[in-house]
Amino acid sequence: MTPKEAEKDGRAAAISVIDLHKSFGVQKVLNGINLSVHRGETLAVLGRSGTGKSVLLRIIIGLQTPDSGAVRIHGEDIEGLDLDRLSTVRLKMGFSFQHSALYDSLTVEENVMFPLQHHCKEMTKSMQRDRVRQLLAEVGMEGHLDKMPSDISGGMQKRVGLARALALNPDILLLDEPTAGLDPISSSEIDDLILKLQTEHQMASIVVTHDLYSAKTIAGRLALIDQGNVVIEGSFAELQASDIEFVRQFLKHS
Amino acid sequence: MSARDPNVAVDLGAPPGPLAQSMPSTQSFSLGPITTFLEWFGDLGVFSWRVARAAVTPPFEFRELFRQLDEIGSMSLPLVAAAGAAIGAVLSLEARYSLTRFGAKSMLPAAIVYSVIHETGPIITGLIVSGRVGAGIGAELASMKVTEQIDAIEASAVNPYKLLAVTRILACILMLPLLTLAADFSGVLVGWITQVIAEPISLQQFIHSAFKGDTLNDFLPPTFKTAVFGLIIGLISCFQGMRTQGGAAGVGRAATSSVVLSSLFVILADVVLVKFIIIFFP
Repeated sequence: MTPKEAEKDGRAAAISVIDLHKSFGVQKVLNGINLSVHRGETLAVLGRSGTGKSVLLRIIIGLQTPDSGAVRIHGEDIEGLDLDRLSTVRLKMGFSFQHSALYDSLTVEENVMFPLQHHCKEMTKSMQRDRVRQLLAEVGMEGHLDKMPSDISGGMQKRVGLARALALNPDILLLDEPTAGLDPISSSEIDDLILKLQTEHQMASIVVTHDLYSAKTIAGRLALIDQGNVVIEGSFAELQASDIEFVRQFLKHS
Repeated sequence: MSARDPNVAVDLGAPPGPLAQSMPSTQSFSLGPITTFLEWFGDLGVFSWRVARAAVTPPFEFRELFRQLDEIGSMSLPLVAAAGAAIGAVLSLEARYSLTRFGAKSMLPAAIVYSVIHETGPIITGLIVSGRVGAGIGAELASMKVTEQIDAIEASAVNPYKLLAVTRILACILMLPLLTLAADFSGVLVGWITQVIAEPISLQQFIHSAFKGDTLNDFLPPTFKTAVFGLIIGLISCFQGMRTQGGAAGVGRAATSSVVLSSLFVILADVVLVKFIIIFFP
């Protein structure tokens, strides 16, 4: 759904990406992207490697700035916000990194507790511990509290990263390649977990992936990016019915 | 040496990456070593401003500060004390030989204490901490940067300047004078022991002879000037670490450049501070 369509729809989008452009030197990565995601909705962003999918997510959470265009979170434009105000916006967002990005000097429990320690000062230590245990139980990692990130597998790290992203009860969840580098069984488990969390928490989610199977499992809507633009956006069935050559090629080789 | 610019002997590091938006990326305008050098200072200025702002706005990261005080202070103590002891021994041996030649052997305690406390203790402490702590901070933050841990901190709505940079820089500022005192103490103590081996003298007599006619103004400014060394070491190491790009090679470059640049700036600052102390604390 484009931002204009969303406006017509009468609902304020949780995430609106409007005419986003981003280049690195002469390489144009994003070339006028428009997207919007509402609460309770999951959008999968697909595309070939290096087509700017991760850059899009990083711009949405303010880790990178666009050359032009706007990102609105619950209607608030994040461009030009100072770090303090941006931090307030980020409190509503959870971000799961492609390589998990767990703090390697902290245990699994401390990793998930990190956002709580910084933003939930009203919670006692034991309340924070209970919350961490609950989050880790949600992702099936309750038995690994004291382990260091280096002592657990890639799939487990992804789960812990997800638990950390959910720690502050975000309205928006951004997932960067949640199944990349995992075996099919672990990928399927992560997909099921994301679906479960989505059903329970009703967040607005964007999942960046190049895994079509994963995308159609976890997302109601898919957007396929090529050369910095959204080539097609719709359900998996709509992608299948498309006669755009790039879409057909992408589906054929996925 | 930088792969990016072979003319620059010390790699000043790549421009800041996604630490967001915040820091200006000027890589594409790089026209040569002079431009790179000026860009580096510009980026350092922006970084310093952000750190200064983060330092004075609550909430404060006391837990991390105490962890850094331990990491930077306690862990550096043995090395700094050993270096101070070695300097004390060497000074005692060298000065004894020189002063005896000029018939001024009685000045030996004062020569040792004056040399250790005024210059060798502070500068040796500064350089040792530049090496140990500068490399540690540079490598740790660079590693966090390339593995997206700093981005994860930002994404968790925590200010990485406050959590990572302010705490480390403050710990360096607070710990350098204390470590200098430790280096001074072990230098004077071992200087005395070395002299005792050559010619017995009581510690009381040694101290009395060494500090005769001195005031606090003779000893406090050289000790507290190391707080400036701490600021330089912390600031440059954090800056080099947090602007790293490019995997393991980037981490290595950040560690090396942190040590080289902070040592260089400590030496330059020492020259300026010595002149300043001579003028204002004659």
